[in-house]
Amino acid sequence: MQVKALEDLLAETPFFKDLDPAYRSMLAGCGVNVVFRAGEFLFRENDPAERFYLIRAGKVALEIAVPGRGPMIIQTVQEGEVLGWSWLVPPYRMQYDARAVELTRAIAFDGACIRTKCEQDPKLGYEFFKRFSVLIVQRLAALRLQLLDVYAQP
Amino acid sequence: MPNPETHIYQAQAQLDADSTNAWPTASAGALALQVHAKAPGTDLEPMSPRPCRVLRLKTETDDTFTLELQPANSTSRFNFVPGQFNMLYVFGVGEVPISISGDPDRPRTVLHTTREVGAVTRAMRRLRPGDMLGLRGPFGTGWPVAEAENNDVVIVAGGIGLAPLRPALYYILARREKYGRVVLLYGARTPADLLFRAELERWRARFDLEVYATVDRAMAGWRGNVGVVTTLISRAPFDPLNTVGLVCGPEVMMRFAVQELLRRGVSPQSIYLSMERNMKCAVGLCGRCQLGPVFVCKDGPVFRYDRIAHWLGKWEV
Repeated sequence: MQVKALEDLLAETPFFKDLDPAYRSMLAGCGVNVVFRAGEFLFRENDPAERFYLIRAGKVALEIAVPGRGPMIIQTVQEGEVLGWSWLVPPYRMQYDARAVELTRAIAFDGACIRTKCEQDPKLGYEFFKRFSVLIVQRLAALRLQLLDVYAQP
Repeated sequence: MPNPETHIYQAQAQLDADSTNAWPTASAGALALQVHAKAPGTDLEPMSPRPCRVLRLKTETDDTFTLELQPANSTSRFNFVPGQFNMLYVFGVGEVPISISGDPDRPRTVLHTTREVGAVTRAMRRLRPGDMLGLRGPFGTGWPVAEAENNDVVIVAGGIGLAPLRPALYYILARREKYGRVVLLYGARTPADLLFRAELERWRARFDLEVYATVDRAMAGWRGNVGVVTTLISRAPFDPLNTVGLVCGPEVMMRFAVQELLRRGVSPQSIYLSMERNMKCAVGLCGRCQLGPVFVCKDGPVFRYDRIAHWLGKWEV
């Protein structure tokens, strides 16, 4: 029942909606609904990257601890967005802390399991890399713009 | 060369002379017609500053402030088109172009919001109520607020770029029934750099305006968005086929914002940018603000994207 509900949900999500239904069904089988209270960590820097998340509601801050300055937020991720690609890329370790800014509902996917399936089925692997590469390029472009610090004093 | 002195979004004078006073005027009906067209009228000695009095100086953020000015002849009105700018002259220091940030429907005083970045704006910040300065203007083309009627309007502002867009938003909100969805996307460097913060909160509380703000960086504890303003475009609620985009901010930010709007399906003919260049004369004589074949002061500062697309991102011009 829950798998079916997740399948429906994925079909409505831009990130997954044009995925082959069979793959979507498999993906739904690897997902589980999770809830995080405000302030709770989804993961910490250097944790094994075993999961990625589709945020259904709420907001998550990606943070990095800067010695002497405390944790800095480098990005927020919210409803409809996917969080985490470290599960796809060696050494499969989380690179930042992820903390719920507010009550956050998400679907957590077993990245390690999906990675194994991708190895076995190159078409599935291609579908995933196609989607995640777009996400990575978008985040890279945004990060470069952030690095330019365009609002700083000239 | 970007203007090191201010964040001004300049242009060409559209003065509609009022025979009874020395200030440029325009009837309310004529306001809309002036947008992107040279308004009929007479330049009232555009090179001669007119005296005006500082009514108020409001600190907006650490390095930005708003000056409220009144003509020395306090019975005259100051009419302008949203998006235009004035040349403000601090006596004995110098003159800089500064965009008008107030409400075009309240012409008794004129507001300018700027950043303290050089000698003139530093001196300007030290002005006190009652002090005098010189003003030339208004100059330049405005936002296509009348042409945007019956469409959704997406306003994308970065940093101090919200200042020249605020008059457009005032104009639209005063005629709200004439527009579809109205969305304001605003990005700043940090939470402390968010401009017009109290007003942003009031706008957010409205049911007929969508406001999304983000900052480039924040410390833990900030509950708002973090990320560049362009990332807000993909999730903003508007119909790209019937949307007019108004974009103002640092040029790099505008180029990325345009790419996102185009990616959403907004037509290049429906995107407008306010360009920033170093301006001196403000009437297209000195050539300081040339951008390819156009003068930002005379032909802008607000340009339709497709008309200047070729020149964007070319550091040689």
